[in-house]
Amino acid sequence: MIVPTMAEMMAQGKQPEVLFWVGAAGSYDDRAKKISRAFVKILHAANVNFAVLGTEESSTGDAAKRAGNEFLFQMQAIMNIEVLNAYEVKKIVTCDPHSFNTLKNEYPELGGKYEVFHHTQFIQNLIAERRLKIDENTLQGKRVTFHDPCYLGRANEVYESPRDLIRRLGVNLTEMKRSKRTALCCGAGGAQMFKDAEAGDKEVNVLRTEDALETKPEIIATGCPYCNTMMTDGIKFKEKETEVKVKDIAELIAEANNL
Amino acid sequence: MQYLPNILFAIALIAGIGFFVINIRKLTRNIKLGKDINRTDNKSERWKNMIRIALGQSKMVRRPFSGFLHVIVYVGFIIINIEVLEIIVDGLLGTHRVFKGFLGDAFYGFLIGTFEILAALVFVAVILFWTRRNVANIKRFLSREMKGWPKNDGNFILYFEMVLMTLFLIMNAADPAFQQAGIGNPISKFIVPLFDGFSTETVHTIERTAWWIHILGILVFLNYLYYSKHLHILLAFPNTFFANLKPKGQFNNLASVTNEVKLMMDPDADPYATPAQGEEDVVPEKFGASEVTDLNWVQLLNAYTCTECGRCTSACPANLTGKKLSPRKIMMDTRDRLEEVGRNIDANGGAFKDDGKQLLNDYIKPEELWACTSCNACVEECPVNIDPLSIIIDMRRYLVMEESAAPQELNAMMTNIENNGAPWQYNQQDRLNWAKEK
Repeated sequence: MIVPTMAEMMAQGKQPEVLFWVGAAGSYDDRAKKISRAFVKILHAANVNFAVLGTEESSTGDAAKRAGNEFLFQMQAIMNIEVLNAYEVKKIVTCDPHSFNTLKNEYPELGGKYEVFHHTQFIQNLIAERRLKIDENTLQGKRVTFHDPCYLGRANEVYESPRDLIRRLGVNLTEMKRSKRTALCCGAGGAQMFKDAEAGDKEVNVLRTEDALETKPEIIATGCPYCNTMMTDGIKFKEKETEVKVKDIAELIAEANNL
Repeated sequence: MQYLPNILFAIALIAGIGFFVINIRKLTRNIKLGKDINRTDNKSERWKNMIRIALGQSKMVRRPFSGFLHVIVYVGFIIINIEVLEIIVDGLLGTHRVFKGFLGDAFYGFLIGTFEILAALVFVAVILFWTRRNVANIKRFLSREMKGWPKNDGNFILYFEMVLMTLFLIMNAADPAFQQAGIGNPISKFIVPLFDGFSTETVHTIERTAWWIHILGILVFLNYLYYSKHLHILLAFPNTFFANLKPKGQFNNLASVTNEVKLMMDPDADPYATPAQGEEDVVPEKFGASEVTDLNWVQLLNAYTCTECGRCTSACPANLTGKKLSPRKIMMDTRDRLEEVGRNIDANGGAFKDDGKQLLNDYIKPEELWACTSCNACVEECPVNIDPLSIIIDMRRYLVMEESAAPQELNAMMTNIENNGAPWQYNQQDRLNWAKEK
């Protein structure tokens, strides 16, 4: 798989159309890496001239900020902004709503002003520009439910882009009782991903998986690597992994188009 | 002697309003104990929010049943103020139904008739509200933080409204001239038969008594507001006006931290340099919040505005899964502590005297704060745009940056970010390995 870096691009005197911000999960987490690869396949299929930072990318600092470590967040932000600005990055796309939110909303004040897209928005644009078509036959008729990531949905009011793409797959999209602005968190946000939950009577991801299972889905579609992990764990907990798959929208599109 | 009722009325009115003004000044003083924050940008959007959300109740009706009942009580409250205005004029001038004269029978009858119907609807709505609170076993009314005063406060308000509506209808029913005119008595006419066989004097006494208790009740209710969750009927307006307009996911970048970070990353900065002239004695700003005075005034206004309806808590994923966090409790604790600080200041001649307590630990426990997923469900749900999440994050900031008191796993995560540029312990040189795998 060809994934050019900004450094390579610069050495050739080229400027890519968009920077793909992979994020820590997309780089290191085995499950999320598949999402990164699926998205790259889509970018190639649509002939998008993109690049990644590769080893020059560092944590956006989202988890540190939400854990309360504003120092660490701003150090990360300022370092990342220096790198991004040095490469004169204008447009960024990411599969991680947490990176999306932080880059889009919290970096500008610190000197990092970019046009930032969630991958579902970016793919939507590719379709609008007729650079990409989604094959609606491969997954046709499958029952799919979509879990809204908090940092894409409520935090930035992006509810339609992922749904629009799912509908284009020709599948049967069913909504959970809690969806869009009333969606339930997967349990990973606010740095919860990295610690045990406080004492309670249930895990948040199990409750959310129950919401999803009520719709009797064949596929739970996600738009966030952390949601993906939490829902996958939930499905395992409910011992439903043979019947229900958890897939990122990028993976579904790559699958539908046989990429 | 004939002016005695007018004088008594004037005294009651001045006392009632005067006491209210004193409390409102205390309230604004307390809110101003918070840190400054600029919320006067985008005025047109702010006005629109206020009109849509506070006046238009747009977020209330997202839950249709309680939303609809609330709209009835709310409309009843607003419109009935015209009636209260007449009572005040009558009381001061010694007139009787003064508006009837210059509004004309037809219009006056229409107005009073509308009030009577609203009063009856409010009465019904209030009974349904009472049933929801006390009989229906609705989870958000049974939470830990709703024991004692918060529960009683909710009920007192409902009893108050029932009594006031009843008095209004009795007052109309016991007014023979008004009943004979047959204008605007669609509800009270059914009460009239209760007075059959009563002497004219008795009926008149009933009317006067109902009239007096009604207006005195309103003055008492006005002053009850300050001590009650019912303060929202006033503060919902400024609260929605000054609410955050930025995307919910955008947390503020602490300016004090930016300065430190810039200094740290500036290769030309001399860490051993003596502070500039005049800066030696400046106490460095505290990072985050451990006390109400570390919060900004909008967060404190939020606390006073909270109606304890619990819509936030009923949408909170941590709360739904049995964790200690309740966003409503965060707001109630903030208000309780702020009130305590205010009383402390009043008792100590205008200056706060250390009482060995603070918002963190004495009211809000770290366990509550660490259970938050920052998902914004509480912020989205609040019918009056309160932001409990901002308080949670400010308090986490204090725990982490001032006390290094984060849970162990989070410390490990933060160390990883510092050393490896990722929350996990992977080598930054391996960041592109995913592209080479299959």
